[in-house]
Amino acid sequence: MSTVPSLTRATLAKDLRLEWRSKDAINSMLFFSLLVVVIFSFSFDPTAEESRRIAGGLVWVAFLFAAVVALNQTWAREMRNQVLDAYRVSPAPPNALFLAKVVGNFIFVTVLQALMTPLFIVFYNLRALGPAYQLPMVAALGTWALVVNGTFFAAMSLRTRSREIMLPLLLFPISIPALLAMVEATGAILTGEFSAKFWIVLLAAYDLVFTIASLFLFGFVLQAE
Amino acid sequence: MKRVFPILAVLTAALLSYALYEALVVAPTELTMGDVQRIFYYHVPSAWTAFILFSINFVASVVYLIRRSNKADIVALVTAEVGVVFCTVVLVTGPIWARPVWGIWWTWDLRLTLTLVLWLIYVSYLVLRRFSSSGQTPLLAAVLAIFGALDVPLVYFSIWFFRTQHPQPVIGGGGFIDPLMLHVLLINWLAFSCFAALVCWSRYRLEVLQREVDETLALEALLEPRGSQTRTSQTWRAG
Repeated sequence: MSTVPSLTRATLAKDLRLEWRSKDAINSMLFFSLLVVVIFSFSFDPTAEESRRIAGGLVWVAFLFAAVVALNQTWAREMRNQVLDAYRVSPAPPNALFLAKVVGNFIFVTVLQALMTPLFIVFYNLRALGPAYQLPMVAALGTWALVVNGTFFAAMSLRTRSREIMLPLLLFPISIPALLAMVEATGAILTGEFSAKFWIVLLAAYDLVFTIASLFLFGFVLQAE
Repeated sequence: MKRVFPILAVLTAALLSYALYEALVVAPTELTMGDVQRIFYYHVPSAWTAFILFSINFVASVVYLIRRSNKADIVALVTAEVGVVFCTVVLVTGPIWARPVWGIWWTWDLRLTLTLVLWLIYVSYLVLRRFSSSGQTPLLAAVLAIFGALDVPLVYFSIWFFRTQHPQPVIGGGGFIDPLMLHVLLINWLAFSCFAALVCWSRYRLEVLQREVDETLALEALLEPRGSQTRTSQTWRAG
């Protein structure tokens, strides 16, 4: 078990370096969510008051779709040259690989959010009326919820036909409570009408449950013949 | 086994007809809702049956992960399929009842949303089974079933809180139910459970046969010399 942190770090460093040089995931995610922002903005054309209420939904739908773009590419890299097969025959613990992928995706999506938030503020005239310091917390917990399940289901859909379509079909139904929590928490903070505490606790519980479940079950999925 | 099936089928048909008679004729008419309320005798038993089938699916999935038994996998597949059918009945009969009584087809009520989310999860389960290549299907499906089961309490709490913040629709609350109504309801539930068990059983036998056929065909294809493969491939196409 002592090898898990070092292996995770090695895989993560490799993924980050690859992404830094190619910028495949981040570029496609950025452009994709930019398109979503623009299209939503002129199809709804909301006033500042309205947008405060609907922004939670818009922001998270954009991030969800963008995250799927990145998640679909997560494992594709390991399929080339049979890297994944090599990993399976090596004595390295599967969870190290999984954790590295989750943390990598988490970093990508967080960078995306940091870059997209100013755009959202510009396009939708946003200003939080509630406690804004809770927003980063909601963003981090929500992103982890999407990414931990998304990475897991992406590994599962590797073993299926038409895997690019499979990921959202598996991810969206399971993520409904997390999505509801993110959207409601963001809405609560932006409008300041009610407290987001329950939703943050729910997100934390969701993260905990599915992180543990994924770590338990990832070995099965990796070794599936 | 072959003889038992038709007998059970006739018994179930008789029970279902009796339950239908009870629901339409014997059960008293509800005071405020009138005859519309009788859909309740289909709606509620379907819901209970669906939930039972989904629980069996979860147990069978766990058993499969531990023991890797083929039988557990078939049970999981069968209960998920039949469960989705019953769940669909619930989701269709619900709005039909809600429209005249509540005045709306749909509301994001706790039970409605939970049922819908369950239905979505199990449809995605069936899609996964459809799309994955045969050798890995049972394992991936079992893993997804466990994820789905873990999701249920989270969905429950999220919607419970969601609903308590927003205005509640007027729901015919109140715990009183006429004893005769309860009686009819339980008979219907028994009939529906028997029907579900029967369908599951016949689907189970079908799946066992299908797998035997697949295995035999695969073996034949392996054993036959190169030149004579045309027959097997034609059989494949016909199947």
